[in-house]
Amino acid sequence: MEEKKGFLSILFNGIIKENPTFRLLLGMCPSLAVTTMAKNGLGMGAAATFVLVGSNLVISLIRKIVPDKVRIPVFITVIAGFTTIVHMLLAAFLPEINKQLGIYIPLIVVNCIIFARAEMFAQKNGPISSILDGIGMGIGFTLAITLIGSVREILGAGTWMGIPVTVNLFDPAVLFILPPGGFMVMGLLVAAFNKITERKRKETGNEADSEAGCAAGCPGCSKAMHGGEA
Amino acid sequence: MDKKLLVSSSPHIRSEITTQKLMLDVIIALIPAAIGGIWFFGIRAAILIITSVVSCVLFEYLARKLMKRSSTISDLSAVVTGLLLAMNLPPTLPVWMAIVGSFFAIVIVKQLFGGLGHNFVNPALAARAMLLASYGSKMTSWIEPVNKIAVGVASSATPPADIDSYATPLAAIKGGGKLPELMDMFLGNIGGSLGETSAMLLIIGGIYLILRGVISWHIPVIYCGTVFVLTWVMGPEGLFTGNPVFHLLAGGLMLGAIYMATDYTTSPMTKKGMVIYAVGCGILTVLFRLYTNMPEGVSYAILLMNVAVPLIDRYSKPKRFGGGKNV
Repeated sequence: MEEKKGFLSILFNGIIKENPTFRLLLGMCPSLAVTTMAKNGLGMGAAATFVLVGSNLVISLIRKIVPDKVRIPVFITVIAGFTTIVHMLLAAFLPEINKQLGIYIPLIVVNCIIFARAEMFAQKNGPISSILDGIGMGIGFTLAITLIGSVREILGAGTWMGIPVTVNLFDPAVLFILPPGGFMVMGLLVAAFNKITERKRKETGNEADSEAGCAAGCPGCSKAMHGGEA
Repeated sequence: MDKKLLVSSSPHIRSEITTQKLMLDVIIALIPAAIGGIWFFGIRAAILIITSVVSCVLFEYLARKLMKRSSTISDLSAVVTGLLLAMNLPPTLPVWMAIVGSFFAIVIVKQLFGGLGHNFVNPALAARAMLLASYGSKMTSWIEPVNKIAVGVASSATPPADIDSYATPLAAIKGGGKLPELMDMFLGNIGGSLGETSAMLLIIGGIYLILRGVISWHIPVIYCGTVFVLTWVMGPEGLFTGNPVFHLLAGGLMLGAIYMATDYTTSPMTKKGMVIYAVGCGILTVLFRLYTNMPEGVSYAILLMNVAVPLIDRYSKPKRFGGGKNV
């Protein structure tokens, strides 16, 4: 079914319709922990996208060789390999970002977005579709956590990407760069995102299409979750 | 309070009590302390009170409107929240911060969770905690010797105003400063949040609320009693050397115990639950005051116990008549 979809729709699927952060609510840990600044969100998103694309491609290529029973250890090994590459690259070329993101870079290994896409997409689809899916999901994740980071940084520190923007407008509310502010911004953005996309869906009238997309995603998604727990 | 829980078979007595009437009683009870706050801290206190009440009502109206729900501003609960919020703020706070606090109290804590009766913590206290976390220096500017407060107090307070304590009593006891006279603390001739300084005016309002049956005496009395006993026992120089009267009158204890810990939505339903809740509030308050680096702990103590209320209610549920022991 997925093969019949155009490549473009696979690419855009991850950005709005199945946005990993706002729609699938995957990868909550980095979404909350590293988003005190927009720059961190961008860095984290880029690193996760790299791992996602790489692991999707490799898993898609080896999907017919790997026996079903050992697929989870194999996925984890592949993902861990790419995560190590990203970690070393960041440490070598962007040590500042690496320091900011700290433990969350190694933790990409257990990022559920990457694992979920491996389980519900890459192991069922060809390499090109999987790469596109990885790119789409990666962009969706990056946009989402950059947005969360932007809101928190502007409200909490008065800057955006490190540039002061609200110097004389208001005193920044420090709460927003603290953990409670992260949860609040996250919740409000998820609510707003779903409200807006729902309205759009009703307006365009292609409710059936969206429902099908979700129905296709959800079983695989829950399966991935169970796989993760096992 | 617990009489409402005894639902028996008909006929029932119809009560004339409405949310609006209860809230009106709370507002009446808060008026002495509010006027006291304006008296002690001058016109800026009046501006803060009016701003926060008006913005709370406005946010309540707008939030309900946006969510396409019926307007609830006529039940006066937003007025109470606004009034309580203003009482919890330092008088020197910039006005726009009070508006931010009102937004947080009404929209985030109250309306997003479903409006009156569904808020999980007291909205005014949550807003205070949010402002304290966000604008720490502004929210505690009365601790530092800010001349503005002293001038405001000295110029508008009653004649025995030989006030040179710029810090709140609790900050003074932590920092080793000069402690105010207990009588001054009772009357309200001390630094502090807008409506928390005068124990006398708060108690007058509290007695009114108890006489009118709006609140029962359990939570305020047991809360204050716990604080009294614990601060007496856990004194600075060994057991039973504390200054319990000081701790009773200092900080936001009276305001918190009488007006905010007793919020219907966020306090237990049964007498037994209320006792557990009040003792918990008291213990936490004393722990915060004596053993942390914060001068005051009433608001955090009440917020924490607010969150524990569903659990307390669950364990203090009255036994169903004729039911087994596991009901």
